[in-house]
Amino acid sequence: MNGLGYEAPQSVEETVALLARENGAARILAGGTDLLAQMKTGAAAPQLLVDVKKVRELSSVEEDEAGFAIGAAVCTAALAEHPGLCAAWPGVVEAARLIGSEQIQGRASLGGNLCNGSPAADSVPALVAAGASCLIAGPGGERELPVEEVIVGPGSTCLEPDELLVSFRLGSGKAKRGDAYLRMIPRSEMDIAIVGAGVCIELDDFGVCHAARIGLGAVAPTPLRVDAAADALVGSRVDDAALEAVAAAASAAADPIDDKRGSAEYRRKVAGVLTRRAAKIALDRARGEQ
Amino acid sequence: MARRHVSTTINGEAVDFLCEPHQTLLDALRDELQLTGTKEGCGTGDCGACSVVFDGRLCCSCLILAPEAEGAEVETVEGIATGGELHPLQRHFLEEAALQCGICTPGFLVAAKALLDSNPDPSETEVRFALAGNLCRCTGYDKIIRAVLDSAAELRGEA
Ligand SMILES: Cc1cc2nc3c(=O)[nH]c(=O)nc-3n(C[C@H](O)[C@H](O)[C@H](O)COP(=O)(O)OP(=O)(O)OC[C@H]3O[C@@H](n4cnc5c(N)ncnc54)[C@H](O)[C@@H]3O)c2cc1C
Ligand code: FES
Ligand code: FES
Repeated sequence: MNGLGYEAPQSVEETVALLARENGAARILAGGTDLLAQMKTGAAAPQLLVDVKKVRELSSVEEDEAGFAIGAAVCTAALAEHPGLCAAWPGVVEAARLIGSEQIQGRASLGGNLCNGSPAADSVPALVAAGASCLIAGPGGERELPVEEVIVGPGSTCLEPDELLVSFRLGSGKAKRGDAYLRMIPRSEMDIAIVGAGVCIELDDFGVCHAARIGLGAVAPTPLRVDAAADALVGSRVDDAALEAVAAAASAAADPIDDKRGSAEYRRKVAGVLTRRAAKIALDRARGEQ
Repeated sequence: MARRHVSTTINGEAVDFLCEPHQTLLDALRDELQLTGTKEGCGTGDCGACSVVFDGRLCCSCLILAPEAEGAEVETVEGIATGGELHPLQRHFLEEAALQCGICTPGFLVAAKALLDSNPDPSETEVRFALAGNLCRCTGYDKIIRAVLDSAAELRGEA
């Protein structure tokens, strides 16, 4: 790490200019809970760290009629202190609050969780289910992408070296909509998910599901959006038959690895079980029962 | 590369130090400022021995770069006692034998104080979850949890 540079720019433009100047040798530093740990083990060796926590758009949560803009570098502990966000998107906040310990939550951001590119990143399936999009800035201006298109393989994203994730866009709070996230870890705290399932359900005035989105983590090289599972809910009252169909579709979509933390068969089964349970919680929230 | 100058506040006092840009806040506290109460267990965010409160939030100082401390407010274990008087948490840790080798103790104290500052009346489960980021290889945790609950009761004026 000798000769490492550190810059803390104040604006998006300045950040993009720094990244462009360094031509791939710079890395963005948000909470550092992935990056600094990787630098310690030698897995990452950037020449310049660009700390983005002083950039306003990345370090605040804004709410307007359209919904929320969550700064990519806001720590997860701060998300849980935002009453509007907790009320509108409880599933996103509960996923963010599963990332690491209290100490980790004092630093870890949603932007870092996504851009680190782990298939098991806890907030990603919840953000996919919530229909979040990413505002990305680069030398040519801004572009917006659905969350599920950002990670393209384990540890890699579609962002160019001179681009940065500015914020996540989420819709506003809405009656008859509920979201939820559940994960399975071999321990009770401080572990990496072997399956994560995010579900968002919208009901019409008659209690029939008219829209649903489902995200799955840790069961494929990237987090997945599973439309086949969501389709099993749409048009139903989210009764037992629909919940069984959701579980079957989620298990079928899972293509997990086999390792000491869980066999592929087990992960596939758990993907179904957790998706069904998360759907039930999302349903209760949509009905205003939780 | 030139050493970097950092102005920060530690336990309420303005402090200036020089550091290498790759040093962590943990390195700067221990090696530049001789505040060796903060310990290094793992260096990768897993053990909590290096816990500090950074701009009001509990964090691992091994995952903060020293230059990030510019303009920040840092609270370390050295700031927990007032003058010569131990904080109730420190006293209960001693009286109830909540430590053996002691390497984890500063981190537990900082994390437990952060918990009690925001939640003066935690349940046992809440204490266990709040301290899940602090590892202890000696005590088996029970005495630590009890010392924290007893300190909380004392601070609420119930003991
Ligand atoms: C002890 C411990 C426990 C953990 N537990 C969990 C867990 O339970 N679940 C989980 O999902 N993760 C866990 N993690 C991993 C990590 O904490 C999370 O992935 C966290 O959200 C990363 O956020 P960060 O702000 O710290 O990212 P950083 O480390 O700052 O950045 C991560 C990567 O993303 C890039 N990046 C960051 N921000 C941007 C941006 N705005 N634009 C472009 N690129 C960017 C960085 O360059 C880097 O490559 C754990 C880590 C530790 C150390
Ligand atoms: S030394 Fe920082 S968490 Fe272990
Ligand atoms: S007392 Fe030895 S590690 Fe906790």
